[in-house]
Amino acid sequence: MTTVGILQIAIFLGLILLCTKPLGSFMARVFDGERTFLHPVLRWLETLTYKVAGVKEDVEQKWTHYAASLLSFSIFGFVILYALQRLQGVLPLNPQGFGAAQVSPDQAFNVATSFVTNTNWQWYAGEATMSYFVQMAGLAVQNFASAAAGMAVAIALVRGFARQEKKTIGNFWVDTTRATIYVLLPISILGALFFVSQGVVQNLVPYTEATTVEGAKQVIAQGPVASQEAIKQLGTNGGGFFNANSAHPFENPTPLSNLFAMLLIFLIPAALTHTFGKMVGDTRQGWAIFAAMAVMFLIGVFVCYGFEQSGNPNLAKLGLQTNATAGQSGGNMEGKEVRFGIANSALFATVTTDASCGAVNSMHDSYTPIGGLVPIFNMMTGEVIFGGVGAGLYGILLYCILAVFIAGLMVGRTPEYLGKKIEQKEVKMAMLAVIATAFSILFFTALSSVIPFPEKGYWNPPGAAINNLNNSGAHGFSEILYAYTSGTANNGSAFAGITVNTPWYDLTIGLAMWIGRFLFLIPLLAAAGNLVAKKRVAATAGTFPTHGPLFVGLLVGTVFIVGALTFIPALSLGPIVEHYLMHAGNTF
Amino acid sequence: MPTAIAPRTTQPQASGDDLTSLLPKKLAHARPLFDPSIVARATKASFAKLNPVTLLKNPVMFVVEAGAALTTVFLIRDMATGAGDIGFQVQISLWLWFTVLFANFAEAMAEARGKAQADALRKTKTDVIAKRLTSAGTLEQVAGSSLRMGDVVVCDAGDLIPGDGEVIEGIATVDESVITGESAPVIRESGGDRSAVTGGTKVLSDQIRIKITSNPGETFLDRMIALVEGAERQKTPNEVALNILIAGLTLIFLLAVVTLQPFAIFSVAQAGSGTTPTVAVLVSLLVCLIPTTIGGLLSAIGIAGMDRVMQHNVLAMSGKAVEAAGDVNSLLLDKTGTITLGNRQAVEFLPVNGVTSELLADAAQLSSLADETPEGRSVVVLAKEKYGLRGRHIPEHEATFIPFTAYTRMSGVDFEGRQLRKGSTDAIAKFVTERGGEVPGNFQEMSDRIARAGGTPLGVADGSRLLGVIHLKDVVKGGMKERIGQLRRMGIRSIMITGDNPLTAAAIAAEAGVDDFLAQATPKDKLEYIRKEQAEGRLVAMTGDGTNDAPALAQADVGLAMNTGTAAAKEAGNMVDLDSNPTKLIEVVAIGKQLLITRGALTTFSIANDVAKYFAIIPAMFMVTYPALAKLNIMGLHTSRSAVLSAVIFNALIIIALVPLALRGVKYRPLDAASLLRRNLLVYGIGGLVAPFPGIWVIDQLLVALRLA
Repeated sequence: MTTVGILQIAIFLGLILLCTKPLGSFMARVFDGERTFLHPVLRWLETLTYKVAGVKEDVEQKWTHYAASLLSFSIFGFVILYALQRLQGVLPLNPQGFGAAQVSPDQAFNVATSFVTNTNWQWYAGEATMSYFVQMAGLAVQNFASAAAGMAVAIALVRGFARQEKKTIGNFWVDTTRATIYVLLPISILGALFFVSQGVVQNLVPYTEATTVEGAKQVIAQGPVASQEAIKQLGTNGGGFFNANSAHPFENPTPLSNLFAMLLIFLIPAALTHTFGKMVGDTRQGWAIFAAMAVMFLIGVFVCYGFEQSGNPNLAKLGLQTNATAGQSGGNMEGKEVRFGIANSALFATVTTDASCGAVNSMHDSYTPIGGLVPIFNMMTGEVIFGGVGAGLYGILLYCILAVFIAGLMVGRTPEYLGKKIEQKEVKMAMLAVIATAFSILFFTALSSVIPFPEKGYWNPPGAAINNLNNSGAHGFSEILYAYTSGTANNGSAFAGITVNTPWYDLTIGLAMWIGRFLFLIPLLAAAGNLVAKKRVAATAGTFPTHGPLFVGLLVGTVFIVGALTFIPALSLGPIVEHYLMHAGNTF
Repeated sequence: MPTAIAPRTTQPQASGDDLTSLLPKKLAHARPLFDPSIVARATKASFAKLNPVTLLKNPVMFVVEAGAALTTVFLIRDMATGAGDIGFQVQISLWLWFTVLFANFAEAMAEARGKAQADALRKTKTDVIAKRLTSAGTLEQVAGSSLRMGDVVVCDAGDLIPGDGEVIEGIATVDESVITGESAPVIRESGGDRSAVTGGTKVLSDQIRIKITSNPGETFLDRMIALVEGAERQKTPNEVALNILIAGLTLIFLLAVVTLQPFAIFSVAQAGSGTTPTVAVLVSLLVCLIPTTIGGLLSAIGIAGMDRVMQHNVLAMSGKAVEAAGDVNSLLLDKTGTITLGNRQAVEFLPVNGVTSELLADAAQLSSLADETPEGRSVVVLAKEKYGLRGRHIPEHEATFIPFTAYTRMSGVDFEGRQLRKGSTDAIAKFVTERGGEVPGNFQEMSDRIARAGGTPLGVADGSRLLGVIHLKDVVKGGMKERIGQLRRMGIRSIMITGDNPLTAAAIAAEAGVDDFLAQATPKDKLEYIRKEQAEGRLVAMTGDGTNDAPALAQADVGLAMNTGTAAAKEAGNMVDLDSNPTKLIEVVAIGKQLLITRGALTTFSIANDVAKYFAIIPAMFMVTYPALAKLNIMGLHTSRSAVLSAVIFNALIIIALVPLALRGVKYRPLDAASLLRRNLLVYGIGGLVAPFPGIWVIDQLLVALRLA
């Protein structure tokens, strides 16, 4: 690791820390319905939205109603997005003339699911598949909608802790509207302008045909990129306009745009910890969660960076220079952009999987085994290291419930978190969420490891599901594991190295995304509905303190142990064994 | 008659900061943990509990049993075909069965201890012949078991009381050692708060008439037997939640192991070497990963917790109540008997102007000679100790003793023409002025000073002459302040309840160090105080004995009724203290906490153990397919067979090794939550992470040395 590299990581975390309090307090006011400095400018839009949609602003919902609203919102979004893709040929803003041929039904299902669930898993190359209209009216809209829905769920769960002896946990429509209008929209507009300043394109022109110096013809894709780029990062969506995602110079042209993109990813998730603290009336609680996340972030990023900077020992054995020198970066540069280097690639890979973003600026498939283990591990533990917008907070609160329940007994009281007793219902719901995600990752990976298909058949033309792999052995296994983990965790980043646009993978990864999103957040909403009705127990010296370093350590331990124990067998047959094999001179 | 329940003759004294001293280290009459007859009984029961239908209640152990059955089936198949590694499979199967048996044994041990107590109790339930009063007013002999609610029976000295009831006529001494283990007889009389009698206890003197208050099979003794036997045991809310957690974890690990086979098929095919894990190995991994330690010990912990409460001679009506005791935030303690010794004592004589101390002491002593109350005795003793005044004998025919009445509020003696009186200050002042005397100026001032200091002033007069004041003081029990300090550190507020005036109450409250007090408390005040605390999110515990305590006892989250109390009080509370010692409430809280800590500690330990087991089994499984994974064999286990076996054996043995801990409960210290958590996390979290490494290593060494693997 280089000093400059470490410094850049430190600066990044420092900037996030700076933004957390102001944005967190702002969001607490927004979701509590208080006036903010943006109200004079944007309140009319909010009231107009309610008027048009027929939403009663001050009518709150029980958890069942809240969950039903969320589901109907998502299903509606799914249907629209599916239709837009299949009908893109007859819709406007389609200079390249893409049609239904580019998006088969199974593929359209996969993409619609992907964007509605905030996953943004992409089997396709955007510039060769989707019209400008689909990109803007379909994908970018869902980038806003799915992010706002995630925030709404997190806030609803927080209300479960913050309120007492109530029945309702807020109004889904109001929360989603406020998240969009006061948080996502203003920051996205500023973000898009900043990206344009860095050279990200924003136009609706047909692709440019250029003649290269050698005289070859090259088609250069264009499009409304900057506007999509901002929300792609801010909403932790990660679905790139182009196939190369944030490695593409039109999406992420400069080191500064790269830093800015990463800041956008962590911005809301980090600030939400403070929002949480504000709403439950004890900001220390929020900072404790922030600290736990920061610790896990630093562990992840330095493991990843460390192994990437060390590079492949086999190359060093061949006499290649793998140490960083003044003239070159050293380490493992395969699949990384030279304008970002190792530190900013490892940082980006960690950030994008800590959060459920999934944008990539380098090829995770080309990482060293342990460097690649970090992103998989981040996703397996449920993306709670800052995490997705909203999803990170409700995910970590699930771990708080588990940590408090398991270890909290050791203070000699029935467990409580923020004064709320953690009882049967909460534990049941938390376990349901954990089981659902573990099931989705392990079951689909197992299935794809062994399932045979006839060659050139409908389900998987290459034949057996493992024929889609580019690599054999342990690395091939990691490719399957990564795909289902990314889908289930609603991350959407691709390890790549696996051909996933066959009906089999489209369907199973699509299912994984549905399970990972809704079988995770609906149980948590149920828990919120139960918690909100409870009385707050008074805090005394006998109460398990959940704001100190001890709790931070406990929370980190719970995430690592409870979150990871399930996946150790799978990981040991993937990246872990690959690591040892690499050191023994075997690569795939 | 042998006492059925471990009797307690001495009260544990608090000392230092080790609250386990509140829980007596070794009860004089408590059974040893591994009483041979109990162990024999438990061993037998362990096998009976293998029945899968009963085991279904414990999902973790059910999965282990299913795994054991599966490996046994495969073992038999391999024995028939001659394929596979028979020796290895035999050992794995055996240890898996042992794992289930060990868990069964833990539960059976806890139950057997209760059953042994129940048996002893049942022996006392011999059917007695009752003398029932007929409507005609004659007595008829009927079997005690045929008595119904409302029947009236007569008991003479030497009779066993045939059923629970209330004394409606007469007064008698009763031997209640069957229930309380306390051999000193107690007085039971009609009316008031000492009217309740319990079936099976014995009348020692006099005759009483008893109105039966319970139907056959519903008596206190019946309920007690059912409780200690665990027949009515229901899982407590926290236990249910914990069961959900460990069942969920079991499901997750089942998923991890089941999917491992396809992963292995893929890996073996890709590597072109090795074999996929056998059923025995997969089941071993599963059993090692699922939380068998806590799964096996969970119900034993609950039963043993109830048992510990029982050993303190407290009868908890449900496990829920014990759990709630651990959660208590506020403790309502009656001043008299709990915080202070039952009686006030004279500590000082304060003469008014112009009277010598000796004169006052002499008059005070004379007026108290016939006063048999502890307060009266203490006046005599103080006069003797301080002024050398021996207690004199006053011939009865020369004196008239005036007893205390609630109306006059004074007592004394008319003797040699003197009218010596002592009593409440205003009563004495009135007595003096009525006889033409005067109340000296500093009398009121001295009285107020005593009251402010938490004492009770008693005026002393000789006819029309007011002599001075006796300072009666409430004596706070030794060690009480420390215990209350410990409670505060545990995050529990103690509130003193007293009928005293606020001034007196405040002084004693300050001396005892309680956090709050409720002066001149009526039962209604108590009830309101509890409601107020609960509204603020606190859990409240209290003790009570009188009928008018019943509503408050019922309202409190933990209501500890005194056995000497009325039936209504016992009915309203969720625990009964057979020793009728209100200080026990503090011990009950400690036991409740200990119960919860034990659960949490073993759960944490169980989960933390998994890390080491992965390091043993994963490399063993795939050493042939991926020899590079041998790097993960950081314990340096000999072979894949020995590695898997060691992990399984460790997993089984740790259950049996922790049985004593589960039954006794982990050591509890009265610390604040953060220190407790730090401590327990270190011991059971980090300990659980580290301990299996050397454990598995040693077993591996032994297995190889014994040529078992």
